Amino acid sequence: MTAPRDKLGRPVVVVTGMGITTSLGAGKADNWSKLVAGESGIRTITRFPVDGLKTTMAGTVDFVSVDPFSSTGLSERMAELVTEEALEQAGIGAKGDFPGPLFLAVAPVEVEWPQRRELGRAVGAPDFTYDDLLRISGGGKYSAYHHRFMFGSVAAYLAETFGTKGSPISLSTACASGATSIQLGVEAIRRGETDAALCVATDGTVNPEALVRFSLLSALSTQNDPPQAASRPFSKNRDGFVMAEGAGALVLESYEAATARGANILGVIAGCGELTDSFHRTRSSPDGKPIIGCMNKTLADAGMTPDQIDHINAHGTATPENDKMEYNTTSAVFGDLLQKIPVTSNKSMVGHTISAAGAVEAIFSLLTLEHQRIPPTINYDNPDPTILFDVVGNKARDARVTAVMSNSFGFGGQNASLILTREPA
Amino acid sequence: MTDTASKPGQTEVWITGIGLATSLGEGLDANWAALQEKRINVDEERFAPFIVHPLLPVSFDSQIPKKGDQRQMEAWQRIGVYAAGLALDSAGIKGNKDILSKIDMVVAAGGGERDLNVDTGVLTAEAKGANAPGFLNERLMSDLRPTLFLAQLSNLLAGNIAIVNGLGGTSRTFMGEEVAGADAARIALSRIASGESDIALIGGSHNGERKDLMVLYEFGDFNLKDKFAPVWARKDHAGFALGSAGAFLVLESKAHAEARGAKPYAKLSSVVTDLARRKQGGDMEATLEKLWAKLPKRDGKGAIISGATGAEPATSEERGFLKKLADFPVRSTGTMFGHTMETQFPLGIALAALSISRGALFPPNDSTGTEVEMQGAPTQIVVVGAGHWRGEGMALVEAV
Repeated sequence: MTAPRDKLGRPVVVVTGMGITTSLGAGKADNWSKLVAGESGIRTITRFPVDGLKTTMAGTVDFVSVDPFSSTGLSERMAELVTEEALEQAGIGAKGDFPGPLFLAVAPVEVEWPQRRELGRAVGAPDFTYDDLLRISGGGKYSAYHHRFMFGSVAAYLAETFGTKGSPISLSTACASGATSIQLGVEAIRRGETDAALCVATDGTVNPEALVRFSLLSALSTQNDPPQAASRPFSKNRDGFVMAEGAGALVLESYEAATARGANILGVIAGCGELTDSFHRTRSSPDGKPIIGCMNKTLADAGMTPDQIDHINAHGTATPENDKMEYNTTSAVFGDLLQKIPVTSNKSMVGHTISAAGAVEAIFSLLTLEHQRIPPTINYDNPDPTILFDVVGNKARDARVTAVMSNSFGFGGQNASLILTREPA
Repeated sequence: MTDTASKPGQTEVWITGIGLATSLGEGLDANWAALQEKRINVDEERFAPFIVHPLLPVSFDSQIPKKGDQRQMEAWQRIGVYAAGLALDSAGIKGNKDILSKIDMVVAAGGGERDLNVDTGVLTAEAKGANAPGFLNERLMSDLRPTLFLAQLSNLLAGNIAIVNGLGGTSRTFMGEEVAGADAARIALSRIASGESDIALIGGSHNGERKDLMVLYEFGDFNLKDKFAPVWARKDHAGFALGSAGAFLVLESKAHAEARGAKPYAKLSSVVTDLARRKQGGDMEATLEKLWAKLPKRDGKGAIISGATGAEPATSEERGFLKKLADFPVRSTGTMFGHTMETQFPLGIALAALSISRGALFPPNDSTGTEVEMQGAPTQIVVVGAGHWRGEGMALVEAV
């Protein structure tokens, strides 16, 4: 048996429960079978009219219902579902009594259009100003909307429902948020503050304004037909990412605590790293140094060398810039070793789950370790000749996988990487 | 309950930099002078019947030299980047590439500053009968400024601080109203205390002069209306007056500070936070008592700086808690600066450190007797932050 502490003398952090929901479906089993079969969850949006939009498809989660609908409500409901799944698998604590803190990656919250329109209609006049909206907002008629649109509301609900301890942290590091939630949990356990942490990431924000915002930044694919073929990571004809919804939850525990209670260990969070890029709000530093530094920090945190990584779960958004930058930086870190490392992007099938992506992809990485099978990057018919990754194109590949690096990069110079292993190093 | 208290063998964490841009002014001297004079900057007219504590105008150029950078931000971000720059200046690390390339940032942020003209334009057109299925899409596609999104994203406050000042360590943004500011301090403190980090920039910023935020808080009838009163005197006329402010702190391990010859304002000894259920009266008060008991021993000359909002029932519960601590002089940041939401807790820590470093607590400003004069220099100040709806936190700031 392995030591309960890592090479740096810190408690080893293991995963004992996982839950996931994406546009492919609910739960690990459904998601994994569709993922390795190369199925896409991207579809034409039916939740709201798409007239006038350049992008009309997304990886929406339509099978989870929320009434009254709001993106924040959907984020909350998905987070609840994946947490239930993760806790059931982990068998930790008691119902409504999770023995540790909650770290929640969640999309920034704001009042949404259905509620704003309700307010507009309530003014009851054809001409009005914002002051008129303000005048009718009080009196208790809309008090539920105050709670709904507090940034801390999703975390407060989860903390109360699952009985997590202390103040739940809601965080955003843009598209790296899911990875950051895991990192915060790992750090808390390593510091000895807790034996267990619940790390959840959720994003249900496919709504008109969110789509327009990314569209105006020219970040989204416009290859609407067929929607399943829109997300084309590492392809020459990739033209942007596809917005998607989903959630992932991981129960983290110290190796010592998990083994003491006889828990089934699903994998190890061997290393975490992050490094800020101060070059630009949406673009990476052209020299790639912050991303290279992020991957190197993560290897150092895991006490590992590049030759020990045998699979990379790429950020792989399918934007022209990301995939090229990711290849250049990854090859700088791994050098010739990279030829032998299979790389895949789950976003080809589930789309970009934004705030949830880091956790969703960490879970897929752990399932890859469990099944020793790498899910494909679909729509890989026209490889970009300047991206020389060994892409697991179109068909899943059986492989010996012992350590996966999972990368997340976000607006605002956010870079975060995780290294996940089957066994403690 | 989660907590961060200095444990044996853990390093001491010093506050070596403070940056303030508030309704009372910019920098430590201006804010301190206004507090001494009991000067409060409220505007009862501009958003009447709502009351705000507006930012005392600053020259953003001095901390955000590129106009292009300023244009990429909305007010809440500009205030924050400005205050963060002041904190780096105050710590003497502005432009110090070695330190800035590794500094760890934990920022408490809201976001979502909206273009009110776009919102009103859509709603009034719909009121006049625009009902084509793609109407909203088309208006948003044509009317929203492409870069507005970046001025709305919560983590772009940290992103802009990094860009303007060349920060290259780590960057984490916590959301969740008031307690996000306390948790930012808690996590940064625990990382430094445990040796995971040497130096951190923490804080938040808030633009209270926003009608879109007033709508959100008006949903819950939380806005103070018509007439200003000190926080403790609002029981029968409850609510908070939003305030504009940025408050940032440089936290640093004692060893790291000493190695570069930096002087501390004070040390941050402990930050504890929790989430009271607030299902029934007394829940929050009980949680505050639990947090108080978790703080390290207080045997010095103590005081309390409260971030009470003026909203009910939270403010009454907090007053109930404070009444049992009659030995401790209390000060309210809400009275002096308004309610600055995510920024209120870092602001409280900043004023605690400032009071300790200047050898005096700032004077009371209250008609109810909750705040009393303090003689002598405080050596231990507890910062209390109870959210208007959820979240409780406390910090112990001590003389070095």
